[in-house]
Amino acid sequence: MNIGTRKILDRSFTAVGIGSIIVMALALMIVVVPIVYNGIGAVFFTGTVEHRKMLQAEFSRGDSQYLSSEVASSNRYRAKVYEMLTGFEAELETMAPEKKAEYQAKYSQVRTALQALLGPLPGDPEPMLTRFKYGQTRWEKAEEKLHDLLYESKWDNTNPDVMGKEYFVNRAIGFEGTSLSRLFPYINENLEKMLLPEFTLYWGFITDSSVDSHFFGGIWPEIQGTFFLAIGAMLFAFPLGVVAAVYFTEYARPGFLNSMLRSANSTLAGVPSIVFGMFGLAFFINTMKVSESKSVIAGALTLAIMILPTIIRASEEAILAVPKTYREASLSLGSTKWNTIATVILPAALPGILTGGVISLGRAAGETAPIIFTAAVSVGSAIGLADVFSSPTPALSWNIYNLASEHEAATQIRHVQYGMVLALVTIVLLLNLSAIVLRARISKKLKG
Amino acid sequence: MLMITDVRNTSESVPVPKTTREIYLPPQRSTITGGGAAHIAAREFSVYYGDFEAVKRVSADILSKYVTAIIGPSGCGKSTFLRAINRMNDLIPGCHTTGSLLFDGEDIYGKYTDEVLLRKKVGMVFQKPNPFPKSIFDNIAYGPRLHGVNDKKKLMEIVERSLRKAAIWDEVCDRLDKNALGLSGGQQQRLCVARTLAVEPEVLLLDEPTSALDPKATAKIEDLIQELRGSYTIMIVTHNMQQASRVSDSTMFFYEGILVEHAPTAQLFVNPKDPMTEDYITGRFS
Ligand SMILES: Nc1ncnc2c1ncn2[C@@H]1O[C@H](COP(=O)(O)OP(=O)(O)O)[C@@H](O)[C@H]1O
Ligand SMILES: [Mg+2]
Repeated sequence: MNIGTRKILDRSFTAVGIGSIIVMALALMIVVVPIVYNGIGAVFFTGTVEHRKMLQAEFSRGDSQYLSSEVASSNRYRAKVYEMLTGFEAELETMAPEKKAEYQAKYSQVRTALQALLGPLPGDPEPMLTRFKYGQTRWEKAEEKLHDLLYESKWDNTNPDVMGKEYFVNRAIGFEGTSLSRLFPYINENLEKMLLPEFTLYWGFITDSSVDSHFFGGIWPEIQGTFFLAIGAMLFAFPLGVVAAVYFTEYARPGFLNSMLRSANSTLAGVPSIVFGMFGLAFFINTMKVSESKSVIAGALTLAIMILPTIIRASEEAILAVPKTYREASLSLGSTKWNTIATVILPAALPGILTGGVISLGRAAGETAPIIFTAAVSVGSAIGLADVFSSPTPALSWNIYNLASEHEAATQIRHVQYGMVLALVTIVLLLNLSAIVLRARISKKLKG
Repeated sequence: MLMITDVRNTSESVPVPKTTREIYLPPQRSTITGGGAAHIAAREFSVYYGDFEAVKRVSADILSKYVTAIIGPSGCGKSTFLRAINRMNDLIPGCHTTGSLLFDGEDIYGKYTDEVLLRKKVGMVFQKPNPFPKSIFDNIAYGPRLHGVNDKKKLMEIVERSLRKAAIWDEVCDRLDKNALGLSGGQQQRLCVARTLAVEPEVLLLDEPTSALDPKATAKIEDLIQELRGSYTIMIVTHNMQQASRVSDSTMFFYEGILVEHAPTAQLFVNPKDPMTEDYITGRFS
């Protein structure tokens, strides 16, 4: 091959390499940027006075004196709204029956929209669910609800051949000529004064329990559950995996049984995680009865079985990568095999073993399927360490799925879903980062 | 007294090993016969890798406190023979031996031989320096710690003594806590000698200890062997005939697994008996 072609070949490899890195980086950006942007929005956002009321009532947090002055100022502007409502209700009574019925229906829609925006109205019974006790806590949500109040959403289904189309009708027009028509411009102008939006830093999102299935509050139970499950899984899988790897690399005689065990291990590494979930339910809960029903321990054991093959493989590779000369040096000094493994081989293999371990930890933290049947509940409070043998726990991975698909008001709490995703991504990323740092530090120590 | 035989865990009575004298001495091409003074004695000793006989029916006496050089072309079985003496070949699957190899009159491959005890007595330094990825101190203290010395002061004594014996103390005494992999190749090799000496072996096996070193470091290792001469039974495999003639008392010449000639060094290099030896030492083949 002449030098010209060789150079062109080298250059094209470089170009393709750099190109693929750029494509990967772009793909990563497209995935990560919205997660980070929206996830951070769960902690930093423009909060309303309703958020501060909620914090005071549910978590006794915040300056209660300042809050009551805020509430007073907000109520001054709300009072006018309430006045208009009572005025219109009186007006309704004077109307002709069929006109009254028509307005009544529209009016009750307005009331519902107002309740969503500002919280319970005077004369409403005390709501049972916490979610109805407050108006909008986040300003961007409040603006959406304001739109709902000002405009009625309707669907145009006149053409059966195409999908129905949404269009909006100004509610104010529906109340033309009544006293209520003043309400809409008033609220539009004074919403800020009624809700007092303010930049909010809500760290409690990370450390608080959720209130009323994630309508308010934080995701601490999920974070804690994820840690319990992942660390629990490691407690079982890591020692077992390392011992198994030592057996495979140092003690097992080559033969039928050994190759069977090895291929079984490789196969296990490729089994879909949902299968491990079913196995965990069938074996740990139904057969072994490690717990009455779902529990942290059952989930941790299931995750442990799932990550065990990875840990074994990583450890095996790390052990096999230890130079033969270390082993020879140790044995030639009159060391026993076991001593050689414990004092020379394993320390030298430690960076690789730990990397495998931490990556498995990340995987255990992120997996959903194995814990669906064995450990996860959608909503719950943080459990104590003593309860791991009997209690299930919420966990990030499962609750991300659950909140996005099964929650009764999934669209209302997008920020919580994104917050959870960001928390999970951060945890896994930090674990992997710590693996890299750990590996570098130990390798540096070994290399001198 | 039995040195390398594990007599603790056997219910059967351990057969008393035959001494070199009692063993049938087949004709050997060796002018060196130590009789009772042989530290290591091979009789019709063969080493196989699977079916391949890498060392063929070797009979020889390695005398106590002698420096014995092993020379021969590449692949002739020098390392195999050397590694057979402290049973490092046990690590190689399919490797087995026939005949007998005695250490102080005890069978190295005996049924009750404890290879760990044997290796304590028979230390080895390898071709490529192989310090552990630990501090210099921990490298030297590794063996003594294994064998039950844990007292910090005593360990320090052993470390200093071993490093002095290996003529490297002055170079490393101010950085004992530094990683041994930071030393130069020659220093690493002397460190490995010191590490072996720290276990207080009787025999020192050196497998081409200078082939990975530059001439200066090589000279230092050779000086070191001169220093240790007379205190240990030393066997050194070497490619370098000048080195063999400089450092050894007796020399073994191997060719294709056969011990062709074993004689006092001066005699073997000046007046070889076997024409093959002559061809080799005069450089007609290598
Ligand atoms: N692990 C092994 N498995 C099979 N054959 C081997 C092995 N090690 C060495 N041999 C063979 O044994 C012979 C002697 O090898 P060796 O003792 O290393 O030679 P030398 O040290 O004299 O160069 C060579 O032919 C080599 O190919
Ligand atoms: Mg060799």
